[in-house]
Amino acid sequence: MAQYLALIYGDEKAFNEAGAGLGDDVMKGHMSFGEKHEAKIAGGNALQDSSTATSIRQTASGSFTVTDGPFAEAKEVLGGYYLIEAADLDEAIAVAQDIPMPFGGVEVRPVMVFDR
Amino acid sequence: MLAATVRVTRDLDLAEECVQDAFARALTSWSTQGLPRNPDAWLTTVARNRALDLMRREATLQRKLPLLVEHEDQPDDTDPASIPDDRLRLIFTCCHPALSREAQVALTLRLLCGLSTAEVAKAFLVSEPTMAARITRAKKKIAQARIPYRVPEATELPKRIDAVLAVIHLLFTTGHTAPHGNVLVRRDLVDRAEDLARLLATLLPTSETTGLLALILLTGARGPARVDDSGRLLVLEQQDRTLWDTARIAEGTVLVRSALTQGPPGSYALQAAIAALHAEAASWHDTDWAQIAELYALLEQRWPSPVVALNRAVAMGFAHGLEAGLQALDALAEEAALTGYGYLPAARADVLRRLGRSAEARVAYEQAIALTHNEVERQFLLERLAALVDNPDSPLPRQVPARQE
Repeated sequence: MAQYLALIYGDEKAFNEAGAGLGDDVMKGHMSFGEKHEAKIAGGNALQDSSTATSIRQTASGSFTVTDGPFAEAKEVLGGYYLIEAADLDEAIAVAQDIPMPFGGVEVRPVMVFDR
Repeated sequence: MLAATVRVTRDLDLAEECVQDAFARALTSWSTQGLPRNPDAWLTTVARNRALDLMRREATLQRKLPLLVEHEDQPDDTDPASIPDDRLRLIFTCCHPALSREAQVALTLRLLCGLSTAEVAKAFLVSEPTMAARITRAKKKIAQARIPYRVPEATELPKRIDAVLAVIHLLFTTGHTAPHGNVLVRRDLVDRAEDLARLLATLLPTSETTGLLALILLTGARGPARVDDSGRLLVLEQQDRTLWDTARIAEGTVLVRSALTQGPPGSYALQAAIAALHAEAASWHDTDWAQIAELYALLEQRWPSPVVALNRAVAMGFAHGLEAGLQALDALAEEAALTGYGYLPAARADVLRRLGRSAEARVAYEQAIALTHNEVERQFLLERLAALVDNPDSPLPRQVPARQE
């Protein structure tokens, strides 16, 4: 078994403008996703809007700058994630395809395993 | 052989190493002891044993590498009959949609066709270090993201076969008319594509796998007639059809029939059917353009692409009159996807030339030449441009009656 992080990206503006009905549908979608793949979901969270994000960068001199906003400005921003357990990439993709993604998509990344 | 060894190692690099070792051992062993009864089986066994040996040693070193993922339900065997199946697994790994198309093509050539990295680099006109980096990156992704080494499940299979077919078709078209360079045909790539298509059509016979093999055979059959002795391009109309490869045409024709009856025809089966109509025509004038135009219309429904629309427009010109063809071509002028596509102005130029509209043809030829990077094709267009007859004094014949075929 390996772990994959499924990062959910979407157009926040379009989502916020779509109205409460859609929000409910997406929530229901996540509930049924969670039930269907319960055994394969090792964790997950929704995130607050990207307008609440704060980015911290280390400068060359070793100090830090703290700025308002997500790390990279883009139309589609990270809105949540799941940690998925799967035997291989095909299985991870099959699970990730069931994640509600009305205004964007999902990026699947294998979690690195360190030798001990 | 590599595919069978990968099954043991579950590591592409290690498998490649073992196969090379096996060839090296063969060199010494066969020269002293003579050729074994079944050289392929001998090499495969040696490579697999070498792999097992190395892996035992590696296990003692506790070296943990991300390995190719395999399903447990596979029979563990050294049965040579399972080897073709391994090649099938390997091609699905190489053409996995999680890899870029460039990486898919490079891995397929490297691992399934056994080309060296230098040869793959040359085939795609990039430097060897660039290609080496591309292949390394792709292998790393296969290992780290755990792209499985297996034939996809039935529900996934049609989509995944499409990706494999696209890679093979890209290899073929790149070889059939090289996008760049001084030669028209890259026979090495055409042959590799034909081998792969044959492998796929044999192991997974569907309408589309059969269709692609037929398309490659029928189109490739024209190879010897496509250039003259000095390497100049000869278009379909000028080709000496007695030079066409009759064995490939015969095989391709049988396969087209089978592809068309195996289910609703897909894009490769339809393209193969078009190629078969050309192959069956005794001469350019005997070509059944009406049926070709109809097949292109079907193809466009199945696969809405401006390139297909362009081919249909050309066929319509020969079937229903050049003016109709020209109108259909002009309708494509706005297609964003065809911006920079040299075959559109080239097709217009040819129709305008046939209509006697030299001034307009000249402009179109010049546009086409600017967009053509294969030297043999460029030369052809330059010659056609030079041969245009100019009548600046007489008005251009705007209205030419539709040609009756």
